[in-house]
Amino acid sequence: MSTQRAAWVFITPALLVIGVFFALPVAAALALSLTDFDLYALADIKNLRFVGLQNYADVLAAPLFWKSLLNTVYFVGVGVPLSIAASLGAALLLNSPLARMKGLFRTALFAPVVTTVVAVAMIWRYLFHTRYGLINFVLVHFGIAPIDWLGDPHYSMPAIIIFAVWKNFGYNMIILLAGLQGIPQELYEAARIDGASVWRQFRHITLPSLRPVLLLVGIITMAGYFQLFAEPYVMTRGDPLQSTYSVLYYMYEEGFMWWNLGRASAIAFILFALILIATRVLLRLARRAEPS
Amino acid sequence: MRPKSARVLVNGGLILASAVVAFPLLWMLSVSFMAQGEASAVPPPLLPAHATFANYRELFARAGMGRYLANSLAIASALTLLSLAFNLAAGYAFAKLKFRGRERLFATLLGALLIPAQVAMIPLFLLMKWLHLVNTYGGVIVPALAGVFGIFLVRQYAQTIPDELLEAARIDGAGEGRIFVRIVLPLLKPIIVTLAIFTFLASWNDFMWPLIVLSDQHWQTAPVALAALSREHVQDNELMMAGSVVTIVPVLVLFLVLQRYYIQGLLLGSVKA
Repeated sequence: MSTQRAAWVFITPALLVIGVFFALPVAAALALSLTDFDLYALADIKNLRFVGLQNYADVLAAPLFWKSLLNTVYFVGVGVPLSIAASLGAALLLNSPLARMKGLFRTALFAPVVTTVVAVAMIWRYLFHTRYGLINFVLVHFGIAPIDWLGDPHYSMPAIIIFAVWKNFGYNMIILLAGLQGIPQELYEAARIDGASVWRQFRHITLPSLRPVLLLVGIITMAGYFQLFAEPYVMTRGDPLQSTYSVLYYMYEEGFMWWNLGRASAIAFILFALILIATRVLLRLARRAEPS
Repeated sequence: MRPKSARVLVNGGLILASAVVAFPLLWMLSVSFMAQGEASAVPPPLLPAHATFANYRELFARAGMGRYLANSLAIASALTLLSLAFNLAAGYAFAKLKFRGRERLFATLLGALLIPAQVAMIPLFLLMKWLHLVNTYGGVIVPALAGVFGIFLVRQYAQTIPDELLEAARIDGAGEGRIFVRIVLPLLKPIIVTLAIFTFLASWNDFMWPLIVLSDQHWQTAPVALAALSREHVQDNELMMAGSVVTIVPVLVLFLVLQRYYIQGLLLGSVKA
C-alpha cells in the first residue's frame, strides 16, 4: 500500500464523521434558517416553506432576543475580564519564587475546571441562598444587608458571573503560568539592578511579554462565554424577569420547547456572527494597542 | 518590600485563594452527609451534627442515580475508546503521511473550530431522529466519534516522531498499518492518555447536547438527570449535594490521578491560535 493510499485510509473515517455529523448539519442549519420548519414540518415535511430571511427579521424584531443579547453581552463583558484577572493573579502567585507547595496550590485552584457545571451550579445556588446561604451569612457578618442573589434581577447576573469565574479561571491560569515561565529571568534581573519596583517590573516586563498569551486566552474565553447556557438553566432558569436569559437559552427554547427549528437555526447563526465580530474587534484592539 | 513580608504575602495569598476556591467542594461533601433540612439553618452549619448516608441511600434507591451514573459511564467510556481510534489514525496521518492537499485539508478542519457546536445542533437532532438514535447511547456517541481538537492534539504530538524511524521500517518491508500499530502507537502513549482523559471528562461533563438528545429519563446521563432532579427537589439541599458529589467525584478522582497528562494536553492544545 502506498503512503498516499494509507493516509486516506487513516483519515477517511474521521473525515466522514466530521463531514456527516458537523459540516453537513452546519450547512443544513443555514438552509433550515431560511424555512419555517416547525412542529407541522416535523410531522410532515410537505408543510415546509421557504421564507427567505423572515426568521432573521423575526428574531431581530423580538424584544426577548434583544434582552437575551444584552444579558449575554453583560455576562461576556464583565465575566471575561474578571476571569482573566483572576487567572493572572493566581498565575502570578504560583509563579513567584517565594511560593511553597506550588503543586498542591495549583491542583486546588484548578480543580473547579474539571467539575461538572450542573453539579457545582447546585452548590452555588445554595451558597447564594438568601436566608441560608453562606455568602449572605458572611456579608451580614461584615454589616452588609443580605442580597437576594438569584431572586433580584440586579444581582442574578453578577451571581452567575461569580460562579463562572470560580469555575473557569483555573484553565487560563495554567496557560498564563506557562507564559510567565517563558519570560527570560535576565529581564527581571536587569530591571532589579536598575532599581525598578515590583509594579514597574509587572507593567514593563510581565504584561508586554504576556500580550500574545493574554490575547489567546481572551479570545478562547470570550467565545466560550458567549455560549452561556447550563449556568442559567440550572441556577435561575433564565429568571428573575429573564435577567439571566441568554442567546443560547433563547435558541434552546425556540428549538426544543416550541419546535421552531427554522427560527432556532437563525438564532444559532446570529450567535455565530456575534462571536466572529467580537473576535475581530478584540484582534483589532490588540493590534492598535501594540507599541510600534 | 522586605523578602520576609513578601514571602508571607505570596503564600498567604495562595492559601486564601485555595481555601476560597476549594471551600464549595468541601462544603458540598459535608452537606451531603447531613440529615434532611439540617443545612437550612442560620448560621449555616459547616459539619453534620450526625453524619448519615441517608441522602445517598435515597439518591440510589428512590431517585435512580445508579442508572444515570451507569449511563454516563457507558457513554463516556465507549466514546473515549472509539474516538481515540478515529483521532489517533487521522492525527498521525496529518502529521507524518504525505498526501496531496494535506495542508489545505488540515487548515480547513482548523477553520471549523471557529464554528460553535450549537450551530450544528438543530439539524443534528433531525439527523439523529432520522437515524433512530434519539434516546440511545448512540445519539451522544456517534456525532462525537471524531473531533478536530483531538486530531489537532495528536498531530501536534506526532510531529515529534523522527521520519527516519518510519523510513527504516518501510525499507524493512513493514506495511503502513503495521508501522502505525507497532511503532507509532507506543510512541504516542503520553498523548493517548492525555486525549483519553480529555475526552472522558468532556463527555462526562457535557450538558446541552445530552439534554437535547436524551429526553427519555431511562437514558439520561448524570448531569441531565441531576438538573431534572433539582427542579423537582428545589428545597432538598442535602439530597442535591449528595447528587453533586456522586457526579463530580468520578471525574475529580480521574483528574487527580492523571493531572500531569491533563495539564500537558491543555498546554499543547492552547498553542492552536
